[in-house]
Amino acid sequence: MVGGETLGRRTLDIYLPLAFYLVFLLFPFYWMSIVSLKPTNDLFEMKYNPFWVQRFTLENYRYLFENTAFPEWVKNTLIVSVVSTIISLVCSILIGYALARLRFPGSNFLGVGIFLAYLVPPTLLFLPLAQVIVKLGLYNTYWALILTYPTQLIPFASWLLMGYFRTIPKEIEESAMADGCSRLQILVRIVLPLSIPGLLSAGIFSFTLCWNEFLYALIFMSSGPMKTIPVGVVSDMIKADTLFWGSLMASAVLGSFPIAILYSFFVKHYVSGLTAGAVKG
Amino acid sequence: MRGGAVTTGSLLERESSLGVILMLPGALLLMVFMAYPFFLGIWLSLTDSGIGRVGRFIGLQNFVDLLSDTIFHQTARNTLIYALVTVPFKCALGLGLALVLNNRMRFSNPVRAAVMMPWIVPTALSTLGWFMIFDPVFSPISWLLRHVGLISKNINFLGDPGLAIASVCWANIWRGTPFFGIIILAGLQAVPADLHEAAAIDGAGLWHRFLHVTVPHIKGVVLIAGLLSVIWTFADFQLIYVLTKGGPANQTHIFGTYAYQIGLSATEIGMGAAIALYMFPILSVFAVLLLIYLRREE
Repeated sequence: MVGGETLGRRTLDIYLPLAFYLVFLLFPFYWMSIVSLKPTNDLFEMKYNPFWVQRFTLENYRYLFENTAFPEWVKNTLIVSVVSTIISLVCSILIGYALARLRFPGSNFLGVGIFLAYLVPPTLLFLPLAQVIVKLGLYNTYWALILTYPTQLIPFASWLLMGYFRTIPKEIEESAMADGCSRLQILVRIVLPLSIPGLLSAGIFSFTLCWNEFLYALIFMSSGPMKTIPVGVVSDMIKADTLFWGSLMASAVLGSFPIAILYSFFVKHYVSGLTAGAVKG
Repeated sequence: MRGGAVTTGSLLERESSLGVILMLPGALLLMVFMAYPFFLGIWLSLTDSGIGRVGRFIGLQNFVDLLSDTIFHQTARNTLIYALVTVPFKCALGLGLALVLNNRMRFSNPVRAAVMMPWIVPTALSTLGWFMIFDPVFSPISWLLRHVGLISKNINFLGDPGLAIASVCWANIWRGTPFFGIIILAGLQAVPADLHEAAAIDGAGLWHRFLHVTVPHIKGVVLIAGLLSVIWTFADFQLIYVLTKGGPANQTHIFGTYAYQIGLSATEIGMGAAIALYMFPILSVFAVLLLIYLRREE
């Protein structure tokens, strides 16, 4: 039966549904891209087919770099995402290793606590957290995001790394310990090199989440040049009546681009990271 | 000096103390920026605090007031629709996507990367795409329907009170479908191929095999993805903030956006905190269900 599958049948069973999904899932990106490449006047030209670019221009992208704070937003987003990711990874490696390998009082309770923290949404916390940020003098500084993002990242990353660390045979560690290595030396010299795929998953996951985060950035970094890309684009590029659709879409395309590229390179790591939590539990 | 070094060394060697030390940096961050704000939020919700104004303790007054606030009723209704109606769609579309991707095909890696994009890229930015697709003047959907003669006037996707909630749900389904797709795909790939073959030899048709071989294998991941999705959608913010800010006439307000409007825009932090806390019991139920299920699986 499998051998007798004709091309026509495959088209009907696979490629037709696949085409539907590709159109459904990718159309908004296609639309954003073509609008970003059109001169603004062409949008109003009713005789043009809106699904195609008649007159190609990069004017919208030039506008973005010369007339808006977009380059600043990119810098802010990068700084916050990189530092937050590093902090989260370090904390998660330590937590993941402790929960995977060490027996200590309260470890069970802490494990459940970390899992529950994964389910606490930012919308539940943002009002009181804003007060904490102000009181600590972090308002409108990078630290406001660098220190709060890890609370959203550490739970998942620790969970994921704990799973990875558990797959490393205990015997390797035990023989290293017999050779006089301390726990921390074992972690750095043996466990981490063996967990690089897991570290990559956790790192990509964390970086993506930082880059995409919206609510905390909207509230804690509200002044012009300190905004991150999503917040800057949404709050500064949309101005009441005069919508510059071209540059708005250009900024959305450019802001998504790094994540799309990063993800295309590491698709397997991201997927294994994403599914690790759900499939393995 | 030497004594001190020995003590530090043994602290780092004894499992019980090392475990606690390793937990510290992460736990500290979670305490200061998650646990403490949570309890501070409970306190704020019991006061009439505003921005720059220290509140008085007023007991459960905020919670009671909300019960007779018609916008809050609307918000609760919208949130339930938004969280509960979208999930079956995301699940069904994600299942279809997973079944398609599970076939051997050319370019399967780029295709997988491509279909994940709605879930991967910054939601606030992709939602801007929808913001234009739903625009009353520039919508390509309206253009298409007008051209084939199905409508004579552009559709006001986000401005029409009845349509607005459907439009935001649609954008949410679009965003969440790939998540279900990839999770279910992982479940499908864990189904042993010989099970399918054995069932086929026994004469089981495609539908029968799906029901009796595939479904039992993916039930668990579907349940987990569903519970996570309900929790996330329930507590969403950015998609609605970008598309409608809760309008028109509060028809798309959900807990997150309403808490933002009352707590920050109207500067009634105490009341805003109370709105956000109304999410807590419902979120807890789903979180506990998830925890119980995962424990049972182990």
